[in-house]
Amino acid sequence: MKTLSLLAATTALALGLAGQAAADEPVRVGFVYVGPVGDYGWTFQHDQGRLALEGEFGDAVETTFVESVSEGADAERVIRQMAQAGHDLIFTTSFGFMQATATVAQQFPDVKFEHATGYTRLDNMATYDARFYEGRYVTGLIAGHMTESNIIGYIGAYPIPEVIQGINAAFLAARSVNPDVEFRIVWANAWFNPALEADAAATLIEQGADVLMQHTDSTAPMNIAEDAGIWAVGKASDKSAFGPNAQLTSIINNWDSYYIERVQAVMDGTWEPTETWGGIGDDMIVFAPFHEAIPEEVRAEAEAARDAIAAGELHPFTGPINRQDGSEWLAEGETASDDELRAMNFYVEGIEGTIPN
Amino acid sequence: MDFGINPVALFAGLVVAATPLLFAALGELVVEKAGVLNLGVEGMMIIGAVTGFAVGVATADPGFGFLAAAAAGAVLALLFGLLTQFLLSNQVATGLALTLFGLGLAALIGQPFTGIRSPSMPRVFVEGLSDLPVVGRLLFNYDLVVYLGLAMAGLVWFFLSRTRAGLILRAVGENHDAAHSLGYGVIRVRLMAIAFGGAMAGIGGAYISLARVPQWTEGMTAGAGWIALAIVVFSAWRPGRVVLGAWLFGGVTILQLNLQAGGLAVPALYLSMLPYLVTIVVLVVISADRRRASLNAPACLARPFHATG
Repeated sequence: MKTLSLLAATTALALGLAGQAAADEPVRVGFVYVGPVGDYGWTFQHDQGRLALEGEFGDAVETTFVESVSEGADAERVIRQMAQAGHDLIFTTSFGFMQATATVAQQFPDVKFEHATGYTRLDNMATYDARFYEGRYVTGLIAGHMTESNIIGYIGAYPIPEVIQGINAAFLAARSVNPDVEFRIVWANAWFNPALEADAAATLIEQGADVLMQHTDSTAPMNIAEDAGIWAVGKASDKSAFGPNAQLTSIINNWDSYYIERVQAVMDGTWEPTETWGGIGDDMIVFAPFHEAIPEEVRAEAEAARDAIAAGELHPFTGPINRQDGSEWLAEGETASDDELRAMNFYVEGIEGTIPN
Repeated sequence: MDFGINPVALFAGLVVAATPLLFAALGELVVEKAGVLNLGVEGMMIIGAVTGFAVGVATADPGFGFLAAAAAGAVLALLFGLLTQFLLSNQVATGLALTLFGLGLAALIGQPFTGIRSPSMPRVFVEGLSDLPVVGRLLFNYDLVVYLGLAMAGLVWFFLSRTRAGLILRAVGENHDAAHSLGYGVIRVRLMAIAFGGAMAGIGGAYISLARVPQWTEGMTAGAGWIALAIVVFSAWRPGRVVLGAWLFGGVTILQLNLQAGGLAVPALYLSMLPYLVTIVVLVVISADRRRASLNAPACLARPFHATG
């Protein structure tokens, strides 16, 4: 009897302590990455956001990550493990994690999920994305001015709307300042395959490209551009360490403030399954320093475009714009709606080649 | 339609893309000629890639990188040798395990080396020759390792067909019992062949991380080791044909990129598949005539040797 009451007392004490600990416990935030944190691109930038969380909240937040998770069955296992391990908020940072995230989110209604670049939302699953095409418009302007061969090489990952938006935005901008410019487009069929991206870059240079743009994650194209002595525009992260002479600028994905905002919302109990699509104006897209060899008037023009996009005065897709086959897409003054952008599956007029299916 | 493809540039590109395959396949050729089947080429290549890169960065000299890559590949291969030659483990299973082990170990070693630029590879520039309009580009504008690969093909051919040591190695691969009864050290010869194969695979891997990309990333050999294995069968165990095979397989990759850049509307998925499709087709064609295929395959390939008496 005595033992029993002792046991009961201990249990009560333990429970009480546990209850108190829960109140002071840090918010546990998990990240699932598709590549290595050292890719100096997509995943690297998400990890910078994770580090920004630690810098902002200190001991009030505890972060973990799993890197190089493939976009298959493995993703669901990793996300479920994270949910089971007691995370409060889990960010899954690749389009291919969408289904796995939704499946696990339904099984763990008390855990909050955030999926990058997808469209599935649930009561406990939000989505977030950046308007990469805004950055591509500004860099397209610079590329159009800087090319001397009038051939811009473009390495795409997969022919999905996000990448096609980027190609079209960059092309429209480049053509607007240089009517002779041509795009040569190669699909790597991977987000991250350095050897193939390097070969693709070399091939584009062979075909006369003197400015490279990439919508893949590795630093290999920047490396190749540096060795070949041509220009390149970086993607996702500042890649100037790999091409100090080659990098015109880089479109940097800045997730820091978004992550901080969302964790704050969890702490305040105001978290909602929102849909975020931020651009230059939200500081989600920022630029690496412009190369000093860019002439002053080009720099001014690019900065003006950047600021106009940020202020909402300039939309990269403003009519008149025709589709590749010559049919009208946007009439004079008309701008593309978000829904149209999300479904974009055609090149604009002037781009050679066919989008593979 | 020419799709804007410059044949000279195409050839120059394929020679570079083929070099890692050439090294790995030549190494494996010698290993198989000695009667050993080492399926761990991919694992040895990736270990070579990471070691070569790490040492190349640390010493700021790609030459040391390649030496270290060769050494690392050979050490890993000797692990395979220890297991298969002394402990008589199954060669196929051990080789597969070696690939898995190599990929994991390389990822671990490579952690601190992601996102670093490698020292650049000097090109062999011959005054007057490299400037020649077409020939200069075709023949005289590569780094030293490309020429070394071609020289190795000649050396391997010479060794296997024109030297006594090469004859002994082939005897060991064709009939290890007979070679043993003549007093040749079967295990010793095979271990040397295995180490050579590992060193060559290591150099091939290092060429990817030091010259072709050039940077270190996890899993960057991306199946090149398996293609090298296919090339050995494709070549019917002849060094000259290994060169052709490597160029063909390397060329398919470069060609699909050129076709795309030229605006040809072939779905990228099919283009990415092409090297592997060619591998399958070649293997099917070669194995269609069983007598011809077995004519050249070393008779004791993958058979364990245990000295009795």
